[in-house]
Amino acid sequence: MIEYLSGLFTPTILMYLLKGFGITMKVAAIAIVLSIIIGAVLGLIRSYAPGILKKLAGIYIEWFRNTPNLLWVMVCFIAAPLPSDWSRCAMAYVLFTSAMMAEIVRGGLNSIPKGQFEAAHSQGFTMVGTLWYIILPQCFRQIIPTMLSQIITVIKDTSFMAQVAVAELLFRTKNLMSIFYNVTGRQITASDVFLLFGFAMLLYFIVNFALSCIVRYLQKKDSAGGKLVG
Amino acid sequence: MIEQILTPWRWESILSQWPVLLKAFLVTLEAAVLALLLALVLGIIFGLMSSSHHRLPRAIARVYVEFFQNTPLMIQLFFVFFALPYAGVSLNSFTCGVLCVGIYTGAYISEVVRAGIGSISRGQFEAAYSQGFTYLQTMMLIVLPQTVKIILPPLVNQCVNLIKNTSVLAMIAGGDLMYVANNWATNGNASYGPAYLLAGALYFCICFPLSTWARRHEEKLKQQDVQKPEEASGKEAIA
Repeated sequence: MIEYLSGLFTPTILMYLLKGFGITMKVAAIAIVLSIIIGAVLGLIRSYAPGILKKLAGIYIEWFRNTPNLLWVMVCFIAAPLPSDWSRCAMAYVLFTSAMMAEIVRGGLNSIPKGQFEAAHSQGFTMVGTLWYIILPQCFRQIIPTMLSQIITVIKDTSFMAQVAVAELLFRTKNLMSIFYNVTGRQITASDVFLLFGFAMLLYFIVNFALSCIVRYLQKKDSAGGKLVG
Repeated sequence: MIEQILTPWRWESILSQWPVLLKAFLVTLEAAVLALLLALVLGIIFGLMSSSHHRLPRAIARVYVEFFQNTPLMIQLFFVFFALPYAGVSLNSFTCGVLCVGIYTGAYISEVVRAGIGSISRGQFEAAYSQGFTYLQTMMLIVLPQTVKIILPPLVNQCVNLIKNTSVLAMIAGGDLMYVANNWATNGNASYGPAYLLAGALYFCICFPLSTWARRHEEKLKQQDVQKPEEASGKEAIA
């Protein structure tokens, strides 16, 4: 058994798959950081900005939220003005996820009473100061569990890149099935295929399960300790 | 991209093939409806299991939910489509897509159902048991009908996700909307601009009304919560 496993997961194959996982995590990390920032700005605009800006943010959010992420991966892969394959895909995730994040932020902002603005203004805070020091900290504390769930979705959705031949984890797993003979010198069997897919699933699972444990812990703390906002 | 969208002949060449597009749209709808049915059945079964008193059904439901929520839909789909044939099980791409999307969304719906059941007070169960209702009767006749109002918004949101996720059918040549748009984008005169815009607009037409309704309904429920603060904590768990 161990002999078989070490025969299948040779250093070459392991490195090949782990490098793919590196690309997965790189794109996910960039998409998550950028989309949280853009999402927060969009959420604020949609909640508090006047007139036309609010409309525009609304159109952006609804348009991207209600179309599949896969569509944007395809579109950006062909049309985005960025140099490398993976960065064009990352742009697709930023476009889609920032709309989702904006909606999450808006949900958090909704729960903050309007009186806080009046109180802050009466104390001499500017609009930006109020948002930065008073509104956003409360909002983020409340939406972190939902945001983490969205982050898990981003990490899972990076596997869409397999379709446009960016060599991330899923693409490499599938690719190994066709180049297996060249790498190992023997025909691929059912158990090889199952183990390769199992390994890739395990990698995704470890990262996402850790994140979802954090989500559950935060939610439990939230409902046990009463309201964080008060 | 924008230049392509503004070129009339590209639109003409695509719109002249409208029956292909209509058929693809129907495939997407059909896949979504079938997958939704499967997801609802699985979601209710596993949702009930995870609110059970016994440890075993709870553990099974936990494993189901954690596995399907924490691995990508794409890898599940590729596993069923590319790896299972090695074990002698080959399904056609449409069946494959419906099964995978249904089982995947079922895990999310089961969490929604579990949270809904959790928001019903213990006393209701005790009252039902004292009147001689069995476990199943209590759930079907008393508990689940009450949760419907609360779980409907998150359920509709999951439905929107499901519709968007049917686009993975394109990856295994399932003939859905995304697949046809891709074909137009890569074949012949490469009119990807209009093709993707059209596909996006069609997805938007189904998803936008649903997600807007869900948001409005959720906001209405939250306003009711403000009036009745003692019930708020249970409902927030789902939102």
